Amino acid sequence: MSDINSSINDSQVKSLMPILAVGKGSQPEMASVAEIKMQSVALDFYYGKFKALAQINLSIQANQITAIIGPSGCGKSTLLRAFNRMNDLVPHARVEGKILLDNQDIYAHGVDVVDIRRRVGMVFQRPNPFPMSIHDNVAYGPRLYGVNKRSMLNEIVEKSLRQSALWDEVKDKLDQSGMSISGGQQQRLCIARALAVEPDVILMDEPASALDPVSTLKIEDLMQTLKLSYTIVIVTHNMQQAARVSDFTAFMMIDENRAGKLVEFGNTPQIFTNPKNKQTEEYVTGRFG
Amino acid sequence: MTREVLNQHIQQIKDEVLLLGSIIEETTLHSIDALKQRDIEASHQIIEDDILINEKRFAIENAIIILIPTQQPMAHDLHLLAAILEVDSELERMGDYAKGIAKTVIHLGDAEVVIPMREIESMAEKAINMLHLALGTFITENAAQAYQIPKLDDEVDALYVKGYRLVVSAMIANPNTIDHGNYLIWVLHNLERLADRAINICERTVFIATGELLELATNDEDDSEAEDGE
Repeated sequence: MSDINSSINDSQVKSLMPILAVGKGSQPEMASVAEIKMQSVALDFYYGKFKALAQINLSIQANQITAIIGPSGCGKSTLLRAFNRMNDLVPHARVEGKILLDNQDIYAHGVDVVDIRRRVGMVFQRPNPFPMSIHDNVAYGPRLYGVNKRSMLNEIVEKSLRQSALWDEVKDKLDQSGMSISGGQQQRLCIARALAVEPDVILMDEPASALDPVSTLKIEDLMQTLKLSYTIVIVTHNMQQAARVSDFTAFMMIDENRAGKLVEFGNTPQIFTNPKNKQTEEYVTGRFG
Repeated sequence: MTREVLNQHIQQIKDEVLLLGSIIEETTLHSIDALKQRDIEASHQIIEDDILINEKRFAIENAIIILIPTQQPMAHDLHLLAAILEVDSELERMGDYAKGIAKTVIHLGDAEVVIPMREIESMAEKAINMLHLALGTFITENAAQAYQIPKLDDEVDALYVKGYRLVVSAMIANPNTIDHGNYLIWVLHNLERLADRAINICERTVFIATGELLELATNDEDDSEAEDGE
């Protein structure tokens, strides 16, 4: 009995199957620790003199969905944006520590930021298709990176739209404006646009908070398919969503200096059924936050 | 269709419930066979293997405890998972009945005692059949069929009475066998209770379909009575 309990708590996977797989002579078989795709190491983040993140050590496993949850202002989005140097665009933003992508520090001198943002794509809270056709929205990235051959672009557009589960709904109107489709479809178009440049990692900042419940569930199902090919990090205010979609959950809060800190990180079933930290327990049970 | 993840997990859990059910059926048959053959070694094995049944029961329970907060099932899904928690514990207790029968075999040793084997085998066959049908209707959520299964319990009860009388007559005829005869009455009792618990599973099937908790038992026996039978 204690073995079964501990195997759940220490499980590196969310799948319930290993938990169910008890039997004669076999203990629940857990997936071995997967490859680490990205990692923040002793990360401090400053907006001018204000320290927004303090000593964040977080490992993002490849082909898994990692959710970052926590109350407003705890630095979730700041951390997410640090993962593809989106914060470079903010004046006086400064990083100490490291963020590793395949063991290479993305903040190291001489790193090509454009290449980092190709490898680490981002999907935002509000769908933000470009004011151009559905086809051109998806082809925009590959064109930027030098793909000009029409047949190849068409292939990329179809593949990306299929991957984002939008193809069947838009295949007959690829030349219509990307702004003309529904909000949920627009968000899947934005996901297709991110996929078109073949990233390794997809960062999602509240990707469903502006969508209706059915569109939200479609995005969540889509994430399960995408994780087979990509590594996904999602920031969400919606704890239930984090619980539903993610394999791992990171809980953040602000410390006494109002800097965001990582309170607890673990596999999602553990965080939502048996959190080790009292603050995590209080947050996931809705006692504060 | 959305909610693929929840659907898959529920399917996995249902599969495990069916698997646990088939383990119970098999273990019960083994225990009756061990009684017939007076096979002490097999009985020890049945007792030892009961831990696996308990582990599977807890694994299913844990999976549901994880599924509720991580997938937030509502309405029918929630009813189903709550019902599985109940059925899960019914199955585990049925496993204890088989273990109890195995313990009886060990207690009897090679003592000369009249065993109403025909009644016991027939009871086991009918009770296992009820369990099999009950789990089938539970998994397919067929409430109409679930209402029919409790009727089969009358035959099990009749065999219980017949077996009981045979054992008591043997005890009266030879008071030296009272101790062993008492154990045999527990065997009869365990099989009778197994059938009752199959009816409890039918009640959960009706619960999933209608949301109502109804008593389907055909006799007046209080289900909550204390009983171990091990």
